[in-house]
Amino acid sequence: MQKPLFPLVAKQALVRRRGKVLVGPIDLTLEGKGTTIVIGPNGAGKTTLLKMLHGIERMNGGSLDWACPKEEAQRRQAFVFQTPIMMRRTVVDNIAYPLQLTGVGRKEARQRAALWAEQINLGDALDRQAMLLSGGERQKLALARALIREPDLLFLDEPCASLDGRATREIEEILQRAAASGTRLIMSTHNMGQAQRLADEVLFVLQGRIHEFSLAGEFFDGPKTTQAHAFLRGDIVE
Amino acid sequence: MADLLDGMLQAFWLLVTLDSDLLEITLRSLRVTLTALAIASAIALPMAALLVVRRFRMRRITIAVLNALMGLPPVVVGLIVYVFLSRAGPLGVMGLLFTPTAMIIAQVIIIVPLIASIAHQSLRELWSDYHDLLISMNASQSQRVKALLWDGRRALLTAALAGFGRAIGEVGAIMVVGGNIDHATRVLTTAIALETGKGDFAMALGLGFVLIAMAITVNLAIHWLGHTETEGRW
Repeated sequence: MQKPLFPLVAKQALVRRRGKVLVGPIDLTLEGKGTTIVIGPNGAGKTTLLKMLHGIERMNGGSLDWACPKEEAQRRQAFVFQTPIMMRRTVVDNIAYPLQLTGVGRKEARQRAALWAEQINLGDALDRQAMLLSGGERQKLALARALIREPDLLFLDEPCASLDGRATREIEEILQRAAASGTRLIMSTHNMGQAQRLADEVLFVLQGRIHEFSLAGEFFDGPKTTQAHAFLRGDIVE
Repeated sequence: MADLLDGMLQAFWLLVTLDSDLLEITLRSLRVTLTALAIASAIALPMAALLVVRRFRMRRITIAVLNALMGLPPVVVGLIVYVFLSRAGPLGVMGLLFTPTAMIIAQVIIIVPLIASIAHQSLRELWSDYHDLLISMNASQSQRVKALLWDGRRALLTAALAGFGRAIGEVGAIMVVGGNIDHATRVLTTAIALETGKGDFAMALGLGFVLIAMAITVNLAIHWLGHTETEGRW
């Protein structure tokens, strides 16, 4: 029986680079269900916050505790980057790679990856070099690669930025299926429509700090802070 | 100019008649160089990948030293290997001096820094692409090294070819440790040096053209086998 991953508790968590505080200090408790959408203006620290929670951005202060040991927590989560990182391999080998890291044989990993490729409509492109895919296809591949290990938690950093409507819809459908099957999603976005469609709760980030953290309905109906109010109105918020 | 023409004719004639001496020293050249290349690549490529993914104290200095060693004077390398392998040297009991093995050892020492430095440059770029992804996927250090070596294999081919180029044209070190002994350690470069010394420029040039042709053929063969410059491959 696996230990639960959540709650995730951040206490005075801080990321500083070249003397400048990018995120924090942050106090935050995240529970294990639903989809959390992180919103905020450009440069607010959304990406750094997600990377810090995921563990790929080194913290300069404070603590971050999972309900299970850190190494196990690390294994049970995945990250999808804003600009999808394509390995110099074929589509099927890209998707299969995370499985191979866990010791699954190449043949079996490729078989399972092929099934995933079918689900994201890349079944015809199994042996194409991933670098040759379009932006939307790359992002879908990155998503499949992240989900193939069936993570308990998936971080997504603006996965639909610069994608057209069709690709965005496909990505959202995959995310909704993942959420329905129990994967916890924490995702940043600039797209307020998308935030409203997907969010169960909203984290509003400004200048590296969490200005508001509330249920999606409450946030979109009546944000508590004036900055969040202004942001939702479309004003420039600094 | 007449020597050049004579040289080309000599080369043509040597090739057409499949001259047995030429065949022997050409095969020896290939055997020594390709063996040295295989050993050096097995050392240098993982070393380059490790230098990319691993953070340790003195890392920058290690890289700087590695780059500096690219310019190792072959004759000095030959001399050092000679001292080690000579009868009075620490490895003298192995009786390797004036054998192809000694020539391979010298070539390995010369080309390891070259291959490692070039490989390090290309793997560093790949690592900057992969860094966040592989850390996010919780890949171990050896898995990161493997991913870099596999996905960067075509760039690494260039590093290996640079090593091949340096080794096949090497004369100073292998002359010292090999001794240019007929039917034992004579290779194309040392044979060219010998023929030049004897004043037989046409023969020396002929051997030179064979050497160049062989280097180009091996390069083309490796490119062809590696499917480089094919659409959609990196």
